[in-house]
Amino acid sequence: MLELQGIAVSPGVAIGKAIVFDREGYSIARCLVSRPEAQREWQRLVEAVSKAHEVLGARGKETTDSWGANLGGIFSAQQQLLLDPHVRSEMEHLIRDNLYAAEYAVSEVFAKYAAAFRKASSSFLAERAADVRDVERTLLEALTGKPTQTFAEIPPGSIVVSHDLTPGETASFDTEKVLALCTEAGGPGGHTAIVARGMEIPAVVGVGNFLHNIRSGDELIIDGHLGRIFVSPDAPTRERYLKRRIARESIVSELSELKDLPAVTSDGVHVELMANVEFPNETQACLARGADGVGLYRTEFLYLGHDKEPTEEDHFLAYQQVLRDMQGRPVVIRTLDLGADKMGMTRPVEPENNPFLGLRSIRLSLRNPALFRVQVRAILRAASAGNCRIMFPMVTTLDEFRSAKFLLRSVADDLTCEGIRIPSTLRVGMMVEVPAAVLMLDRFIEEIDFVSIGTNDLTQYTLAVDRSNVSVADLYQACDPAVLRLIKRTQEITSEHGKSTSVCGEMSNNPAHALLLVGMGIRSLSLAPSTIPVIKKAIRSVTLGQCEAMAWRALRLGTAREVEAFLMNQLAGLVPEIVLQA
Amino acid sequence: MITRVVTVQNPEGLHMRPADKLVRTATNFQCQIELERAGQIADCRSMIGLLTLGAPQGTELTLRAQGPDAPMAIEAISRLFDSQFDDP
Repeated sequence: MLELQGIAVSPGVAIGKAIVFDREGYSIARCLVSRPEAQREWQRLVEAVSKAHEVLGARGKETTDSWGANLGGIFSAQQQLLLDPHVRSEMEHLIRDNLYAAEYAVSEVFAKYAAAFRKASSSFLAERAADVRDVERTLLEALTGKPTQTFAEIPPGSIVVSHDLTPGETASFDTEKVLALCTEAGGPGGHTAIVARGMEIPAVVGVGNFLHNIRSGDELIIDGHLGRIFVSPDAPTRERYLKRRIARESIVSELSELKDLPAVTSDGVHVELMANVEFPNETQACLARGADGVGLYRTEFLYLGHDKEPTEEDHFLAYQQVLRDMQGRPVVIRTLDLGADKMGMTRPVEPENNPFLGLRSIRLSLRNPALFRVQVRAILRAASAGNCRIMFPMVTTLDEFRSAKFLLRSVADDLTCEGIRIPSTLRVGMMVEVPAAVLMLDRFIEEIDFVSIGTNDLTQYTLAVDRSNVSVADLYQACDPAVLRLIKRTQEITSEHGKSTSVCGEMSNNPAHALLLVGMGIRSLSLAPSTIPVIKKAIRSVTLGQCEAMAWRALRLGTAREVEAFLMNQLAGLVPEIVLQA
Repeated sequence: MITRVVTVQNPEGLHMRPADKLVRTATNFQCQIELERAGQIADCRSMIGLLTLGAPQGTELTLRAQGPDAPMAIEAISRLFDSQFDDP
């Protein structure tokens, strides 16, 4: 048995079989061999290279016969990539000296060159990356004797293990088959974490280098509460986790009895619990958990995992479905919140050194009005299907908010001319996630209908920490006193003006943090549908006075560590059942 | 060591098919053959090395060969560049 520690980002326990993916998304059987096996491993690779050479030769001949020598010649060139002396000596070094399994050596070396080509400034080289990938896949198939598996072909009961996952890759998972996610890279606020919570499966990220210790088919236990991973667990560990899984299921069923009860403190203060959703089909989970609405509908899925830009109709149908499914409950649709680096179609001219400070989110939308108009039109058209609100992300300056609202008005005018009715109740708000917006909020406040605090980005921008960077992920603390002060100020300004503040970041998902937010005056939280029952339980177990006392004290502490320890201690005293569950 | 300057004349630059022919030709000789573009050096037997030069049409490259059959190698490879690698 091997035990590893990572960052717990999505709760739950999963027991299943590992399926290991390399950096390019192909599954690999195992990573390391023993020293006596290395010679045989190298021999295996040499044989596979000559087999792959034949395969490419046959493909070339076939293509030449049907399409001419011009196209067929590509395969001859691919044969040269396969036989390249540098590639060969690097693979030999990895196998003989580093004891890599042949498949692992192939994927490491080819992935390196494909990445170098992709990064090259000339588009000619960037296109050659695809050839490198073709050769890699052919060679891997020659090694294993079967077609390589991709993310779309995962067997049931699998735990996906990988260096990192892109949003597009996670979106292509079959949720029926993936039990849990586990990655070497990533942090608490990264996309893998958000998607795992959306899928309601356990996830542990930021484990560090461990792929070489796992092979596909190994039994794994993922503990999404404590961030632990057990590879080939021994019988007592397995027994312990089977029991915990059963205990957890019973708590979940107990909590589900709260479904139709409101989230009120024991002295009668109501807190609105809304859901964060990524995909339209998650509305069923929202309703099943008794969500008061959708507090954050992320629309990025429309842009990711597809080769083409979404059409207005693609947007419209998704929004209409969510609005209809929520049956008159409020639905806050957030416009595109992606970095240009993630978007296939609107790449920035220069590569960005610092994408989080770059062309992203509302900046990207304002820079590409054609793209933005399509989304805004679809939202406005869908608005009459339910209780629709629209929210702009990452607003930093008042100019940005005004420009976005100006575009919204001009789209609304067009639609009115076309005879499409837009509900007069449509409210327009902004995300507060940049410290500048908090500092200037007293100027914004007259022009906005509501704000929603995105604690993930607010934390990242306040503490200057890239939450997906393993080296500094531990500095990313939503409970840092600096972040708490910004939240407090936001809440004070909005309530002075009779406008609502919701908190939609990861903070809302943590019971101790949620009670702190209630104590700070927040009356609306938006969280993953799966955590609604536990947060409701926490709120129903306390009085407003207890929350306010907690907030009063927490706001006077000096460090994130002190705040966190104080809150955990308070939670253990106030709602011990929840702490035991974790 | 024999040195000669050659120019990429193909409209698409030193892309897959020309590089393929170059590697095939270079493998027929025993000598060391390399191409240099502004300080970046590629072994003529390495497809990846040649592609990484990223040489578009009009690029001047320094061709170098060292070994017993170097003169023949230089001739053969210069001819490839001059004939635009007979690329359609």
